[in-house]
Amino acid sequence: MTQNGKRRTLFEKVWNAHIVREQSDDAPAVLYVDLHLVHEVTSPQAFSMIRERGLKVRRPDQTIGTMDHSTPTTPRNELGIIPVADAMAAKQLDTFTKNCADFGIPMYALGDEHQGIVHVIGPEKGLTQPGMTIVCGDSHTSTHGAFGALAFGIGTSEVGHVLATQTLLQNRPRTMAVNVEGRLGEGVTAKDIILAVIARIGIGGGTGHVFEYRGEAIRSLSMEGRMTVCNMSIEGGARAGMVAPDETTFEYIQGREHAPQGADWEAAVASWRELPTDDGAEFDQEITLRADELIPMITYGTNPGMGMPINAAVPAPEDERDVNKRIALEKALSYMDLRPGQHLLGQAIDVVFIGSCTNSRITDLRQAAQFMQGRKVADSVRMMVVPGSQQVKKQAESEGLHEIFRAAGAEWREAGCSMCIAMNGDQLEPGQYAVSTSNRNFEGRQGKGGRTFLASPLTAAASAVAGSVTDPRAMLASSL
Amino acid sequence: MDKLRHIEGSIVAIPVNDIDTDQIIPARFLKVTDKEGLGKAAFCDWRYLEDGETPNPEFILNQPEYRGASVLIAGNNFGCGSSREHAPWALLGAGFKAVISTDFADIFRNNSLKNGLLPIIVDEETQRQLFSLAEEDPSASVSVDVETQTLTLPDGRALGFPLDGFAKYCLLNGVDQLGYLLALDDEVLAFESANPPRVATTA
Ligand code: SF4
Repeated sequence: MTQNGKRRTLFEKVWNAHIVREQSDDAPAVLYVDLHLVHEVTSPQAFSMIRERGLKVRRPDQTIGTMDHSTPTTPRNELGIIPVADAMAAKQLDTFTKNCADFGIPMYALGDEHQGIVHVIGPEKGLTQPGMTIVCGDSHTSTHGAFGALAFGIGTSEVGHVLATQTLLQNRPRTMAVNVEGRLGEGVTAKDIILAVIARIGIGGGTGHVFEYRGEAIRSLSMEGRMTVCNMSIEGGARAGMVAPDETTFEYIQGREHAPQGADWEAAVASWRELPTDDGAEFDQEITLRADELIPMITYGTNPGMGMPINAAVPAPEDERDVNKRIALEKALSYMDLRPGQHLLGQAIDVVFIGSCTNSRITDLRQAAQFMQGRKVADSVRMMVVPGSQQVKKQAESEGLHEIFRAAGAEWREAGCSMCIAMNGDQLEPGQYAVSTSNRNFEGRQGKGGRTFLASPLTAAASAVAGSVTDPRAMLASSL
Repeated sequence: MDKLRHIEGSIVAIPVNDIDTDQIIPARFLKVTDKEGLGKAAFCDWRYLEDGETPNPEFILNQPEYRGASVLIAGNNFGCGSSREHAPWALLGAGFKAVISTDFADIFRNNSLKNGLLPIIVDEETQRQLFSLAEEDPSASVSVDVETQTLTLPDGRALGFPLDGFAKYCLLNGVDQLGYLLALDDEVLAFESANPPRVATTA
């Protein structure tokens, strides 16, 4: 679909289709928002703002709420209720319930059968569709880009803007093609792709850009794998990451609750087929990785850009020529209590966390469960498995995955953000090491003083069994 | 939002790259339903000792000579990570009016401008000079003029910095963007009638 003969990228097509007012010298573009996701943590001040001005939510029918960040994931009591012990969290959840009720926004409350992490439930319910603009007061909104939507995180003031007007002021970002060519090897996953991309470009490498992930390795990923990749775009500084929709996308969406039906479905698919980047369209930047050269990745430092192949040695600050980077690396290694040149393989760990909007969907859980089958979590390790939504939990239980995890000695918990953000009671103790399938290893992110190694669900499961950082490929080979 | 035309203040440096919003305000403080009290928790895990209350004497913001600083000089890529607007709320609450760095994460920059916290981009050379200046002389101060987009260094040198025209208009006039968007109602209606909703969450 070229417009005036100009070849356009996926991003440009979606952007152009949502312009209410063009960007000018005086003001950024005004962009229409198709779907607004809200949760309890970044919305209360936005609701207050529109209340103070006597405004309404313009399109409650294009808005959806869920509780996820500050909710506990402890098992239900005998009444089937998930108790909230923390008074501030309880107040925040009550405030959210009231705000959604007052403004007519449908919302999934704690314990509801559709509640879950905001970036898990959008796709799950078929709300996330190609070509849409999707925003949420959460930086991992980039996840939804896996469907060829333009999806990005916004601040709380902007949440207020979207609630009141269904629009946002945005300066047009630049584009970066991230090509991942070739095929992934056994035991190497979507998570390893994105950790490798971020290690390559650095945590700020994509600032001001929207990524488009392309190439054979991306095309051969499942939708859930694509979501894992797009999820962490923000860890490379890009507010959004996109994958062109294809048969895999359509197949995933078809039949879901909010998917178009009948003739509408045909029309929708026809329009979605027009979205992929035109041959010869130009990106502002381009990088290429070889999937067949990748092995499982792990982070060693305190930002997601500090990642390396799992068998590599921790880099030495003295080899870093840039003084700022050297200081950052020194600081990171001191926080992580790691030595330059040290190998992480064999590093003892205390906790394994499988969950978060990066890796808590059914395929992630299946992969981990398959690995855990017939194996045991090491005595020294606490392993938590936290499904991304109540629906994922239900599906996993119908497949018996929870039994496998429990038999192995892991905890099977209720849905939510859990230890990804440590504001809900699930957290590391100071000094503990964790292998986590989440997306951030910042100082204290998983609990004050806690130390996080980010990795794939497979690497996490293998490390839980071994009690130390472990390359899953070694154990996969032995189980063949 | 109050008008922001001019900033004059002493500087303090945290010469660390990639300071993420989890450091600026850890997640456990995000259970608030308003914006109050976040200043105390700014840089909490660096600023206080183990108990979370006793100021860490090593941390620069706790050193008496830097107490009144209102301009923060930080390492590259300041404000990366989470989209929490609590980050600029906490910095403002802690008395900061501007942050100087070589670059800012997109969402943090947007959030800051909406709250009257000015993100100022300088080159690495200037950043390095400011790091040393702040260290050598805690009384060193800078001044910032929003209208002319100039940062005047302690030695009197004036440097320009980029600032989005619309954000500048909002800062100078103390208006926020919501008013602008609300005034576009006709255009939004026209868009909506040409583009039927893609999904209905209430259905
Ligand atoms: S799982 Fe973690 S990263 Fe994802 S939305 Fe929740 S807190 Fe944010």
